[in-house]
Amino acid sequence: MIKAIPKPIEEIIENVKDCDKLLIAGCDGCVTVCEAGGLKEAKILASALRLYFTQGGKQAQVDDTSLTRQCEKEYLAQLSDRIDQYDAVVSLACGCGVQYLAEMYDKKVIYPGVDTCFMGVNEERGLYSERCQACGRCILAETGGICPIARCSKRMLNGPCGGSDKGKCEVSKDVPCGWELIYERLKTVGQLDRFENPTVPKDWTTSRDGGPRKIVREDLRI
Amino acid sequence: MRLQYPPNVRIIEVPCTGKVDINHLLMAFEVGADGVIVVGCLEGDCHYMAGNLHAKKRVSRVKGILDRVGLGGERVGMYNLSSGMGGRFAEIVREMTEKIMELGPSPIRKATGTALKAAGEVAA
Ligand code: SF4
Ligand code: SF4
Ligand code: FES
Repeated sequence: MIKAIPKPIEEIIENVKDCDKLLIAGCDGCVTVCEAGGLKEAKILASALRLYFTQGGKQAQVDDTSLTRQCEKEYLAQLSDRIDQYDAVVSLACGCGVQYLAEMYDKKVIYPGVDTCFMGVNEERGLYSERCQACGRCILAETGGICPIARCSKRMLNGPCGGSDKGKCEVSKDVPCGWELIYERLKTVGQLDRFENPTVPKDWTTSRDGGPRKIVREDLRI
Repeated sequence: MRLQYPPNVRIIEVPCTGKVDINHLLMAFEVGADGVIVVGCLEGDCHYMAGNLHAKKRVSRVKGILDRVGLGGERVGMYNLSSGMGGRFAEIVREMTEKIMELGPSPIRKATGTALKAAGEVAA
């Protein structure tokens, strides 16, 4: 799923400080799972902004809501009868949702309330890590179900490189070597012979670039 | 034990501090509380295992929010006590009350003139 973290509230305040009527729109999809953008987070942000405005002596209206998904028109349409009354909307969806909301209500000012980070998994509550970079042509069948693009820091298709040391990547001791993982997994499933044939050059026209990323949410971890 | 603590404190009972949500704490400030403390069992002694550890993280997030929105994080705090520490409870309440007296009324109460509404509403 898409992983995001809440934006620093001072950054959001900077964007909305001149508004009188604001809507905080959460998304019940991916960003709810990583506790960055669901209804609860929308309520927290709305409450924090009301406190900010009130302590500054300003009477602003800050409402909250959450949509099933902001990456679908059918759900965005649920705002159609009320969005006009607001000066701006802070969307707590991923970048896709924020953009689709802005696209659908093209005259409305829309601000992002989260920083969208990557596609990954929940290792545990508050610890999310990257697994896929949406290269557009999945090669997991050849690599034992472990993605060298998302999990090898150099996105090498024929690894490991000389920087692999005791199962760790030279980028950081906290990053497992993606190719060591692939080797071990291919050994486990009896497909080590795949290493005898180099992976053919990959067609990158369906992809972009990037490296492995990770979220560590200390405020959620115990 | 007849322990005395300041009368301007409203106690809201919850089954475990793990029940206390960030939104409950923020709501208390929205309706005009000058300060809020969350008092849970000693760490390691929560009947629901980690309720007080979750509460600690939440209180710390609320502190950060209060600092950033201009109320000041020192208006919220978390304490861990056992049920046999009534004396310490009274002491903490006195300390917090003194701290709040020094800080003065919450800017929210100053701005809106709102007094704390019914405790039931805060806890809802
Ligand atoms: S808008 Fe983004 S966060 Fe929400 S469901 Fe769609 S992809 Fe997931
Ligand atoms: S090969 Fe491409 S699509 Fe498959 S997991 Fe890796 S990045 Fe994602
Ligand atoms: S039972 Fe959880 S804090 Fe007391």
